[in-house]
Amino acid sequence: MLGKLSLSAIPFDQPIIMGAVAFMALSGAAIVGGVTYAGKWKWLWTEYLTSVDHKKIGIMYILVALIMLLRGFVDAVMMRTQLALSYGSNQGYLPPHHYDQVFSAHGVIMIFFVAMPFVIGLMNIVVPLQIGARDVAFPFMNSVSLWLTISGAALVNLSLFLGVFAMTGWTAYPPLSELTYSPDVGVDYYIWALQIAGVGSLLTGINFFVTIIKKRAPSMKMMHMPIFCWTALCTNILILGAFPILTATLAMLALDRYVGTHFFTNTAGGEPMLYVNLFWAWGHPEVYILILPAFGVFSEVTATFSGKRLFGYTSMVWATMAITVLSYMVWLHHFFTMGAGADVNTAFGIATMVIAVPTGVKIFNWLFTMYRGRVRFTTPMMWTIGFLVTFTIGGMSGVLMSVPGADFLLHNSLFLIAHFHNVIIGGVLFGSFAGLAYWFPKATGFTLDERIGKAAFWCWLVGFYVAFMPLYVLGFMGMTRRLNHYDNPDWRPWLVLAAVGTAIIALGIFFQLLQIVVSIRDREKNRDLTGDPWNGRSLEWATTSPPPFYNFAEIPVVTGRDAFATAKEQGGSTRGAAFHDIHMPRNTAAGLFVGGFSLVLGFALIWHIWWMAVAAGLGIFVTLLLRAADGNTDYYVPAAVVAQIEQGHS
Amino acid sequence: MSVDLPGQYSLIAPRPVAHGHHDGSAADGDALFGFWIYIMTDCVLFACLFATFAVLRHNVADGPTGRDIFDLPYVITETFCLLISSVTYGFASLALYRNASRQVLSWLAVTFLFGFVFITMEVTEFHHLVTVGFGPARSAFLSGFFTLVGTHGLHVTLGLVWMAVMMVQVARGGLGGSARRRLSNLGVFWHFLDIVWICVFTIVYLMGTV
Amino acid sequence: MGRKLRVGLRGDAMRLLRGGVVLCLPVLLGGCQLVLFDSKGTIGIDERNLILLSVGLMLLVVVPAIFMALFFAWHYRASNDKATYAPNWDYSGKIEAVIWGVPLLIITILGVVCWQSTHALDPARPIVAKAKPIHIEVVSLDWKWLFIYPAQNVASVNEVAFPVGVPVRFDITSDSVMNSFFIPQLGSQIYAMGGMDAKLYLIANAAGSYYGESANFSGSGFSGMSFKALALSDAAFNAWVANARRPSAELGTTAYAELAKPSENTPVRYYSAVDPHLFGSIIAKYMKSGMEPMAQGVANAR
Repeated sequence: MLGKLSLSAIPFDQPIIMGAVAFMALSGAAIVGGVTYAGKWKWLWTEYLTSVDHKKIGIMYILVALIMLLRGFVDAVMMRTQLALSYGSNQGYLPPHHYDQVFSAHGVIMIFFVAMPFVIGLMNIVVPLQIGARDVAFPFMNSVSLWLTISGAALVNLSLFLGVFAMTGWTAYPPLSELTYSPDVGVDYYIWALQIAGVGSLLTGINFFVTIIKKRAPSMKMMHMPIFCWTALCTNILILGAFPILTATLAMLALDRYVGTHFFTNTAGGEPMLYVNLFWAWGHPEVYILILPAFGVFSEVTATFSGKRLFGYTSMVWATMAITVLSYMVWLHHFFTMGAGADVNTAFGIATMVIAVPTGVKIFNWLFTMYRGRVRFTTPMMWTIGFLVTFTIGGMSGVLMSVPGADFLLHNSLFLIAHFHNVIIGGVLFGSFAGLAYWFPKATGFTLDERIGKAAFWCWLVGFYVAFMPLYVLGFMGMTRRLNHYDNPDWRPWLVLAAVGTAIIALGIFFQLLQIVVSIRDREKNRDLTGDPWNGRSLEWATTSPPPFYNFAEIPVVTGRDAFATAKEQGGSTRGAAFHDIHMPRNTAAGLFVGGFSLVLGFALIWHIWWMAVAAGLGIFVTLLLRAADGNTDYYVPAAVVAQIEQGHS
Repeated sequence: MSVDLPGQYSLIAPRPVAHGHHDGSAADGDALFGFWIYIMTDCVLFACLFATFAVLRHNVADGPTGRDIFDLPYVITETFCLLISSVTYGFASLALYRNASRQVLSWLAVTFLFGFVFITMEVTEFHHLVTVGFGPARSAFLSGFFTLVGTHGLHVTLGLVWMAVMMVQVARGGLGGSARRRLSNLGVFWHFLDIVWICVFTIVYLMGTV
Repeated sequence: MGRKLRVGLRGDAMRLLRGGVVLCLPVLLGGCQLVLFDSKGTIGIDERNLILLSVGLMLLVVVPAIFMALFFAWHYRASNDKATYAPNWDYSGKIEAVIWGVPLLIITILGVVCWQSTHALDPARPIVAKAKPIHIEVVSLDWKWLFIYPAQNVASVNEVAFPVGVPVRFDITSDSVMNSFFIPQLGSQIYAMGGMDAKLYLIANAAGSYYGESANFSGSGFSGMSFKALALSDAAFNAWVANARRPSAELGTTAYAELAKPSENTPVRYYSAVDPHLFGSIIAKYMKSGMEPMAQGVANAR
């Protein structure tokens, strides 16, 4: 009846896990209680859970990212403290069974459920506004994407107290991830959480590609788009090309585990290295899926806070395009040590280095945007300057590892860990935080507290260097990744230092949470009444903060780059008095239901509860069928109502 | 009114445009474009499975090779069923342009029939192989074969379900509303599966036998 | 206990300090901690020099970039009225040429370095030396390393020895999941994979005991999968072989099956004789394709 599921799947004997579960249950209860006490369920349901408004969906994505960031960070703290302790005769407090789940979950969570929802959330909030659109091309599909991502995240968290998570590392290389070597449900959680979230990302890719190509304000040419839109476009092109590979690869791994096929097994002709190739054929573009939108954020932030046009716009566009194309051609550099031969290794090594050229050009473009500008040191700008310095170092260590001869020493070492945290924290995360601080007033109507924001920035920056520079050193000391115990006395002080760095980052996260709480408390004081708190340059600042649900009463006319900055310079003309009916999509709970059924489907497949899987599959089908049969999915906002809303803002 | 109010600047269309640009036909165009993009992603998915099959096709372990198990005349019959169903879908599309809903229905029924025969034949082939002990778990080659051909079969099955739903929609509501757009999309999907099958036939069956 | 802790912390602090100095001057000091900068084999030394050369080349761009990031931000701060302000200045052909050209130039040089070094340092490329290479077969197991000496007819677990100044040819495979065979102080690592025979040539220039490890996560006993690599003088190596022969334990099919069972933190042990076909049979276990197209049975099944 319940497949492999039984009470023994709950780790009652693990105090750490049970503590975490209790904490999560209490937090959940507190939220439910709070919403009930405030009588906000109806509001939550109509305004958020069933919303197809890109701005609301974006906010929900970012909330998911922030919550999962806390979960992933707790994993990081556990790893660093374990390694600070487990030297010599001390085995630390995390046995391999637990520790291996922690580092696997940390990677999966940070990539799929922090970085991805964060950048997708920012794209959701910003892209339609920047291109002068009323919403994305497929608002309902957008809601489906969100709820699929949430159901993937829910599955990962479920593994905490029902069964185990993968003990294979976030890459789940076979044959270790095959049934022979990982017979428990851990890898199945991995497969279905990623599969469900991955489908959500793929739909996002289709949605935003069509949105940017087709839904721009009619007068906006491609070369008029803000750089963030360009990077979003390229990111979605990468999603379209890369995520189907992940889907296929995970499906084959699942078949190996469920049907007994031999794609990636050691035996019967399977090729484990095929998985490794396919995984990175998705995995390397994925890195750029994350970093390109961050590059976009930095472009917007640097131009705005330097009070200046972006230097080398055309260069920037071409550099982005070049990175997009090149990122598909370098996947083998993740495993030079497979022994592919010198010619193959050289080809992929050089292809990797070449990416450094357009990336370097971008860095210099931001530098020359500050040059002869008037730089205002706001929080988003602080994150940007922190990024410029940090990312340059991370880029250098990356290029170093693209030389196969160097990689033979540095592969899989803590040097590698330091490198990718250097670019992902220093690039993606700093970019996301910059974007959050920059567009927060646009999404909510009030600015974030600047002082606490800067405190958070400094803690993150210092904490990052203290936590990760030692890992570069440890790499040079020959320490490999994923160890949970060691005997080398020389490693210890550096690992202790890295743990101290983690504590400093924890302080930074504390400040970020404090910042949000304080800013909400002081929201009346920090209200953005102008819609343009930073003296912005692109169209999102032309509407109110937060924008009305239809974004623009009239679709803006764009005659060049920096549309809003140009308009402000020219000044003068006021809006016409005539308003028009606006065509808008209706809210729907169908996306929520698709996500919910997917969660049940994933859960049923993980535990081999076949009847439940069939029922959930039917649930998805029926939901989509009912949605397709619903003729009442959109409506017109009458001109009179638009006029009323617009005059309400005056 | 203060100077920094939004909407104050010369960003506003000088001439009002009725209902913005969010009218029905533009939305339909976006949907068709979006569906094409989806087809592209499906191409990538199939490309992965083809690549996998290519890598594994000699890894027969102690199991059979393609030559041992493929029955070419049978597969050619199967192929023609699918090709004919593509042609008949074309007739359905022509009827759609003429707004002849009864003819659309008839051609969809014929297409469905041929598609159904194709799937039945494929399932029969799979069933036979599994019964004689050459299931997907026998060797990496067979894993690749069953998954590639089976994924295509799964797509055809979903196409048939979609077609059945469309027949109900057209029978009940005619060709108005969303029916036209959905039939165009289904057409793209159906012809795409035909093209994929031609690759499957060539790479898996023909090259595996000859 | 408190005193001990304090001493321990002080020791840590000292090591940190020493490490910091070493980090600042890796080339000059080549201290004992940063083993990758303290290579004891030709391959390792070449790879270390490659790292230093590449970093040096990249610093040509990286240092100015970091300097400009800080200087531009500070100099063009909003409160500095004296700095030029050109809000509409957004293009300069000269600057564009430099920011595309210089990185391109450096990457071109690095590309040439990459081409040459990758071919020179190909793990499967034999090392040219006067001495004839010694041959060692390596099998990664759950969770230990087995070293087989076909010529000496001995085997060892979690300890490998070879003479100084003699190229070592490792043939590396796995009888379980994937691992990576790595002796940081000697040079290149390479994956140990089931059904594969990965070749790796290394050489030790100085006698010593070097740390070896698996550099690819392989499951719960992974942390204990380290081994000692002993580079010995000829005499000491012969003594090591003689010592390995002493226990009179033969590594045949049964003993191997016993050894291959998963175990953690496995102590060093030796085998005085080895089944000469053992290594080949471990690889053959994971062969990918059948020998012949299917025999009669298939035709009958049709």
